[in-house]
Order: sequence, then structure tokens, then C-alpha cells
Amino acid sequence: MKIVFWFGGVAALILTGFMLFTAGWERPPIESAQTGFRGTGMVEINNPRVDPPRLEAQLAQVPDMSPLPPDTPGPSAGDIYQNVQVLGDLSVVRFNRVMQSMASWIYPEQGCAGCHNLNNLADDSKYQYRVARRMIQMTQTVNSQWASHVGATGVTCYTCHRGQAVPQYTWFNADPANTAADGLTGWRNGQNRATEQVGLTSMPEDPFTEQLEDSGQIRVIGDTALPMPGEVGTSIQTTEQTYALMMHMSTSLNVTCTYCHNSRNFGSWDQSTPQRVTSWYGIQMAQNLNTEYVAPLSSELPPHRLGPTGEGQKINCETCHQGVNKPLGGLQMAEQYPSLLGPSGGTQVSSLSDQDVEAALAAVELSDTE
Amino acid sequence: MIENTNIFTRAQVHGPADYGTPLAKGDFDRIGTPIKSYWMGKIGDAQIGPIYLGAFGIASLLCGFIAIQIIGLNMWASVGWDPIEFVRQLPWLALEPPPPEYGLSLPPLNEGGWWLMAGFFLTASIFLWWIRVYRRARAHGLGTHVAWAFMAAIWLYLVLGFIRPIAMGSWSEAVPFGIFPHLDWTAAFSIRYGNLFYNPFHMLSIAFLYGSVLLFAMHGGTVMATSRFGAEREIEQAFDRGTAFERGALFWRWTMGFCANAESIHRWAWWFAVLTPLTGGIGILLTGTVVENWYLWGIQHGLVPPYPNSGVVDPASLPVPGGGQ
Repeated sequence: MKIVFWFGGVAALILTGFMLFTAGWERPPIESAQTGFRGTGMVEINNPRVDPPRLEAQLAQVPDMSPLPPDTPGPSAGDIYQNVQVLGDLSVVRFNRVMQSMASWIYPEQGCAGCHNLNNLADDSKYQYRVARRMIQMTQTVNSQWASHVGATGVTCYTCHRGQAVPQYTWFNADPANTAADGLTGWRNGQNRATEQVGLTSMPEDPFTEQLEDSGQIRVIGDTALPMPGEVGTSIQTTEQTYALMMHMSTSLNVTCTYCHNSRNFGSWDQSTPQRVTSWYGIQMAQNLNTEYVAPLSSELPPHRLGPTGEGQKINCETCHQGVNKPLGGLQMAEQYPSLLGPSGGTQVSSLSDQDVEAALAAVELSDTE
Repeated sequence: MIENTNIFTRAQVHGPADYGTPLAKGDFDRIGTPIKSYWMGKIGDAQIGPIYLGAFGIASLLCGFIAIQIIGLNMWASVGWDPIEFVRQLPWLALEPPPPEYGLSLPPLNEGGWWLMAGFFLTASIFLWWIRVYRRARAHGLGTHVAWAFMAAIWLYLVLGFIRPIAMGSWSEAVPFGIFPHLDWTAAFSIRYGNLFYNPFHMLSIAFLYGSVLLFAMHGGTVMATSRFGAEREIEQAFDRGTAFERGALFWRWTMGFCANAESIHRWAWWFAVLTPLTGGIGILLTGTVVENWYLWGIQHGLVPPYPNSGVVDPASLPVPGGGQ
């Protein structure tokens, strides 16, 4: 019997030490729901004491929305107000409702004065005004072009802003000094720091510049059994870039790897869950939005809004998701703001929609003889 | 009074210090006057020292010191010589190998040059220590089994940091010197090459590793369980009936039908331990050089159990209207 006590004591001591000196421990029971084939560990994990309260707290912050007024005929906002470059075709009532909502979403304290010169509302000399105009266009693009990622739920300003002028979760391009090899010692290749954005690993602390702004594919795993002669494979360093981005996605959505992947082979699509497709479009979307909308605004921003490379904050998965796999639990806000769903006059959805993806999936299933 | 019989040595012998056998001609002197420690006697021999370092030992310590200095000072420099950050971030800090663009050429000092140098001195230190282990065994008329077991570990170390990077044509393939960074390297390495679990030599290495643990527990457990009959006195035990050794052997024969003997149990343990890094090193050496994706290789060779197709297709393979995004 004595040896049992010794074992128990040593085990308790080690566990206590770990709990004292490491972070992020949650007590059981943890709920899990199977999402993939048995034995693959593909489960969604949910802590009933932590995860629902997080979402509830976020939902409790959502400002009240006034009901959408009927679209009355008459002069549009563009006819009545001056210098209305976006949303000008809305009726005055609907236009003002969007403006008021934006104030409560983005500047609950300052209100209209956050963006406007109160003596002349048409004056766009404040940079916030010019940024907001571009952000409305970005929101319309997301909702009209990126249904592949945002589905029918769509986004509003509030999805990211949550009552703050600058969304809480953004990123700057890393200081070039982090990767520079100047001097004689201390080069660290932009990694080896306890970085929250990459899950406190020692992997590259800015996986975003290369993967959520510049490039296309982030794939690193060899797609042939044997090496192809003459081909130089992806380096371990590049692999860690992708791995770091995956850690960011995992922490941003509060999901594990197996939410999308079968971890026995991360690369194979026919073992993955449909969420991985949504996520793939999300990466393309973030690249597109950062390149087309967010980065070009850097020239509008005052110096104190700029990062070490002279560019403004940019978006990543956490900007919208904020620890929830569906931002705000999939709250239907955008449908209350038809003007944010796309530029007026109707748009051709040029990218893949959910229906396109489902049709493609169905076609594959039919042809799959296994 | 409760007496613990599982962790500490139960009987200690304290007598005149043992200075060891006479040294051969040309050997350095043994260093230090022996002391007796009651507390060290609890977990080992109560006599501490003297130690024989010799020329190779001194050279090894010197090279090891240089390697640790290069690694540690570069880590410290990477936090701007801030002592608090150095301690706080220590598990995350590393000395990184050169980036891929330098291949096998000599990189600038601060872009992997220090890494190469640290690797050189660490390797020199390890080999000098190995020579010392070998020569001390010979000097005492022992077999060289410990030295060759050590060499098995050196093989894995060399594959990871030297042989495989050369085979791949780039120092960047090697492992960084750092606590978490080398673990992140390991995880990234497995993912990059399609999951090392489908590498048969990785499987063998794990089998030998877990086998070593099992054998260690079986052997240690048997000896402790028979210590009340004097199992630690193995030589005189081996030939007599009813002794601790025979009881231990009979225990295993009756439990699983077969038992090792006092000699063979140590051969079992030695080979399991040695084969762990030996097979592991082969597995690492084949990765990326001969096999690009172990999972796909496993599919080709019937190693991977088929799971139902989830029906998900690579969206990048779908035709995109307008060619964008």
C-alpha cells in the first residue's frame, strides 16, 4: 500500500507544479462532440463554464437596433446631403439609421463627432471619416463577394468594432528589426518569443505579413509520397510560418486542430471537415481585404496609428471571431442593414457562394466510387 | 517506525576512502580528495570523488563550455542583453540555424554562423567525452558497452544536426538550439513530411523506447522486490537455489512462462536502449531525402487504414469564376 501513496504523492506534486507554473488550465468536465470518423479524435471541445459565458458576455454588449424602417420613396440621402460618396441612394430615414448605428457600434462615447466635424457634417477632413467611408465599402464587399466565408449571416461594422473606434484584435507588420541580422549577435529570425498571437509558441511571431497580406497558398506539406527530383521542398522555417498561422486561427476561433483537420494528415482535404473550406476562404478573404482595403488606408492615418513599418493595423481571424467559431454566435445583424450587404444597384457575386461549394461537393460524392 | 524501502539505499557503508586502481603511465592525476556524504549515500555511493578528467575530459569540458557560451550569449543578445527578459523568455529563446538561402555555404556570423560554430564545439565536446568514456573503460579492463551505447545517441544527434542537413543540401534543415524552439521544430518537421507516425523507423524507435521503459521497470521492480533477500548481491546469487535471484526468475517464469537470466536481462535492456536512437536516426535520415510524405508513402504500402471520404474537396482546385480570390 505504501508504494501507492508514494506514487500518488509524487504525481500530485508534479501536477501541482505544472499547474502553478503553466497557464490555461481548465478543470473537468469538458464537453466534447464527435465530428469525424471514430477513433480519429475529431471532436469539438466545449467548456460549459467558460465558452458559453464568453459568447453571452459578447452578446450582452450588442447595442439595441432600431427596426428597419420601410424604404419610403422620395429624395435619397445623396440628394439631400452633400459629399455622400457611399450609401447615397438610401432613403434619408434609412441613411440616418445606418449613421446612428455606426455611432453606437464604433463611437458610443463621442457619437457623430468621432468621424464628423459637427459644424459641417459633409466635411471629410477628419481621417476617421475617410476611413469609415472605405470601411463601408469593405463591409459591402465582404457581404457580397465573400459569402463563401461569411455565409448568409454577413458582417457589420460591429462584428469587428464592438463599441471601439479601433477593433480590439488587429496586427501590425512586425518591426523589421525582429528579423534583421544586423550586429554580430542575437539574430532570432522573427521568432522565439512567447507570443500570444501564435498560441505562446516560439514560432514566428508575425505569420500575418506573409500569409494574410501578401501571398496566396500557405501549403507546406509534400503532396507526393517520394521527393520529386530537382525540386526544393518547403523549408522547416516556412512550415513554422504556416503552423504559427494555424495556432492563431485555433486560438482566435477557440477550436482545436480537428475542428477542420484530421490530424493524421493535416493536408488531405478528403479527410477534413467542411469547416476547413470555410476557413480556406477566410484566409483568401483576409489577404484580399488587407491588400485592397486596409493597407491602402495607412496613408490616411496619423502617425500614432501606424506600426513599426509605417503601416496601420490590419485584420486577421481574431478581428472578427474574438474567441468564437462563429462571430457573435452567428447573430443576424447584417440582414437588418440591407445597405451593408452590397453596393446598391445589385452586384454580381463573382466568387464562390455556399451553393457553388455544396454543388461541387455533391458532384464529388457522386463520382466517388469508394 | 515506518521505513521506506523503495527510494533510498537502506544500508550505507562508511569506511576509509577508496582511491581506485593505480593509474597507468602518462595518465593525469585523479582530481579531488574524497569526501563522504550521508545524503548522497541515500541515493548512491556515499563517497564523492576523486574524479579522473584527463586530457580528453578537460578538452571536452572546454569545448562544451564554448558551445554553451555561444548559445547562451546569443540568446541573451536576442533579448537586447536584458537579464530579466533572458530569464523570463529562456524557454522560448534559441540560437537558430541559417535560413534556407545559404544552403550549405558558410553563412554570416549572425545569420547562422554562430549556430554552425556552436554545433562544431558541441560535437567536438561530445566526441571528446566519448573518447574519455571509451578509454576509461579500457583503462579499467572493462568492455566498451557504455561507449557504444553513447555512440548510438550521438548517431541520432549527428543525423539531426549534421548528416541529414548535408543530405538535404541546407543547414536550415537542422534543429535550433533552444528549449521550446527545438520542440516546435519537431512538430513542424513531422507535419511538413506528412506525419512521422507513418515512418516505420519512427515506429521501431518508439517500440524500443517504450520497450526500454518496460524492461527498466520490470528489472528495477524485480530487483527491489527481491532486495529483502539480498538481490543486490547479484554474483553470489546467480548460482544458488532459493536466493533472491532465483525467486525473481521464478516469479517471471510463473507469470509469463519465460524469464531472462541475470546476464541476458542486461543484454535485453542494452539493445532496446541502443536501438531506440539507432532506428530513430535512420527514420530521420530517410525523411525528406528518400520519402517526402510518410502518410502518402503509407497509403502506397497499405500502412494507412482507410477512413470514409468526408466529401470535402480542395477549394483551390475548383474553377473560380473571374479567376480571382
